[in-house]
Amino acid sequence: MSNLPDGRFIDDAPYDPNVDLSALDRTDMDAPNWVLVWRKFKKHRLGLLSGIFLFLAYLAIPFAGFFSPYTPNERSADYLYHPPQAIRFWHEDEFIGPFVYPTEAFADLENYRWTYTTDTTRPMPLQFFCNKSEYNLFGFIRSERHLFCAPEGATIFIFGSDRLGRDVFSRISYGAQLSLTVGLIGITVSFILGIGFGAIAGYFGGWIDWVVNRAIEILRSLPELPLWLALSAAVPSNWGPVSVFFIISIILGLLDWPGLARAVRSKFLSLREEEYVRAAEMMGAKPGRVIRRHLLPNFMSHLIASATLSIPAMILGETALSFLGLGLRAPAVSWGVMLNDAQNLASIEIYPWTAIPMLPIIIVVLAFNFLGDGLRDSLDPYSD
Amino acid sequence: MMFIRYAVWRLLTMLLTLAVVSVLVFIIINLPPGDYLSNQIAELRATGQAEGVAKAEFLRTEYALDRPLWQQYLIWVGAIPGPQGFSGLLQGDFGWSFEFDAPVADIVGDALWLTVLVNLAAVLFVYLVALPLGVLAAARSATWVDYTTAFIGYLGLATPNFLLALMLFYYGNKYLGLPIGGLMNPEFEGEPMSLAKVQSILVHLIVPTFVIGTSGAAGMMQRLRANMLDELSKPYVETAMAKGLAPAKLLTKYPLRMAFNPFVADIGNLLPAMVSGSVLVSVVLGLQTIGPALLTALKSQDQFLAAFVLMFVALLTLIGTMVSDLLLVLLDPRIRYGAREG
Repeated sequence: MSNLPDGRFIDDAPYDPNVDLSALDRTDMDAPNWVLVWRKFKKHRLGLLSGIFLFLAYLAIPFAGFFSPYTPNERSADYLYHPPQAIRFWHEDEFIGPFVYPTEAFADLENYRWTYTTDTTRPMPLQFFCNKSEYNLFGFIRSERHLFCAPEGATIFIFGSDRLGRDVFSRISYGAQLSLTVGLIGITVSFILGIGFGAIAGYFGGWIDWVVNRAIEILRSLPELPLWLALSAAVPSNWGPVSVFFIISIILGLLDWPGLARAVRSKFLSLREEEYVRAAEMMGAKPGRVIRRHLLPNFMSHLIASATLSIPAMILGETALSFLGLGLRAPAVSWGVMLNDAQNLASIEIYPWTAIPMLPIIIVVLAFNFLGDGLRDSLDPYSD
Repeated sequence: MMFIRYAVWRLLTMLLTLAVVSVLVFIIINLPPGDYLSNQIAELRATGQAEGVAKAEFLRTEYALDRPLWQQYLIWVGAIPGPQGFSGLLQGDFGWSFEFDAPVADIVGDALWLTVLVNLAAVLFVYLVALPLGVLAAARSATWVDYTTAFIGYLGLATPNFLLALMLFYYGNKYLGLPIGGLMNPEFEGEPMSLAKVQSILVHLIVPTFVIGTSGAAGMMQRLRANMLDELSKPYVETAMAKGLAPAKLLTKYPLRMAFNPFVADIGNLLPAMVSGSVLVSVVLGLQTIGPALLTALKSQDQFLAAFVLMFVALLTLIGTMVSDLLLVLLDPRIRYGAREG
């Protein structure tokens, strides 16, 4: 900066009279919105990592049978409450590939429980792509092929076995099928109801808005769990596992929509005053079209982020219901049903591995939270 | 004067909401086909116990279960007189628990104030933990303090309540000698209040309070931190800093007050979650609150007991929400009285 003799200040920086005035202020804003969002999201390491993890987890769901060495309700009557077994690679300082040591059960008549001794002299190599018990790939292709299974005469319980001698690891991977999808179905129900009611209330206002608002207030002021309990207690006990599963997911979704509807409504209240809405209306667009084509796309991304954040609540809800015996019921396998076995202090003290299903629950819930946070932070690429 | 008018209006809407809730509860309770007594009568008939049938039939007419559903509802609420002196909720007659074969009032008696106590303790815990940690995390944002609290917060949100309860019980008992199960030592049950009994209850409250409060505290901490960060980036904070205000005073004088507002407003969201949590945790930990009673009642279709417990839980949350609304108006005069017309 220099001071001219007449007291004015002038910038010394070189000035180019041919500068392109239509150039972007920020050169990184040169792409469609979704590319910008993606660029920003990529920087959110934890969110990205969680997203990839969840994507892989959902991708693996149809292949649960292939990845698990046993089928979920297959009982090994000689191996009740078997502690977790390690997969080893070195036997007597020599590398011989993945193997397990065979174990044998002894009845401990003093404490009335099974104890297991490991025979470390006989390494038994794991079998890969082996034929064992039959399962359905994708739910309808019959297959007997497993990624790995126990050698003849030995067992492979990576996370131990439960009170009926069922493999905890296999049950966790089968349980993921129900536990992970329950949230998706629930959120779909809640999405439809929330957007529907929120949009109608916000767009039309008046008495419709009043009614919807009161309904939202009432539902929000009620504690969720007791209502979930009451509703699931009403599910007839003679229904099959599949219908119970669907009805439970719907119940979870039924009580979740008010929060979403409230967000949609307040957004609609302000958006319906915008000029483009009036323009669309004047050109004769019906309310349904205005809502779907002009209003909703405005904040669909926000809705998706908030949905990501409410899936964990449903997963935890399913777990809690099944844990209390009012949700999914055996023979259905979910993480909550499995934890039902770990309900008392005795099993935590003596058989701590029956509580292992809590690890996938915590990990998945954390992942959804991180993903949701990451999405929310990157949705507005123009800020900062 | 305005405040009193607002308070009265708020109380009226609460009562109205409660009425709607009672209809909802009644419908939900009656969703499963049949009722406890008709199931029992069928079972008694099948096993040929004629003398039991007479009693069940008597109870059925006594509590009007043989009438149409809308009449049953009105009788249960107490709007129309029931047969043989069953006067309904409004007159303090909560009905008969078929499962326990005793009046509902006798069964839930002590459990009611224990439920209130547990929830109050949990709310207190949430505030005591979330307030300092949230402020600290905001003041020292992007340092290890922030990351540690965030991590603990996330874990608190992600761990299922009931598992946390079991774990804490086990390890608390093993390493700290905390008592397992119940809300007081067995010898105090049914005893009148005494210093020793209060002490016993307090020691028993530690784990449940912690478990019920954790997820609420985690959520509240995150919100408080976000609010504080918003406030701290405003110019007036910079001005104060430039003028040399001490950091502690700078933090508490204005930004904290501003960030505190949603803190109170949040009670409305916090309370339903806490009451939910306390029901679940009570079942797992065997606390003598109304949680376990609700579960048994729901499982056996013991309708008067289940309906009463649901009503009580709803009442608890509605009162909490109302108190939070009133506090909010007292705290922040900018909030408009009365309903906002959208």
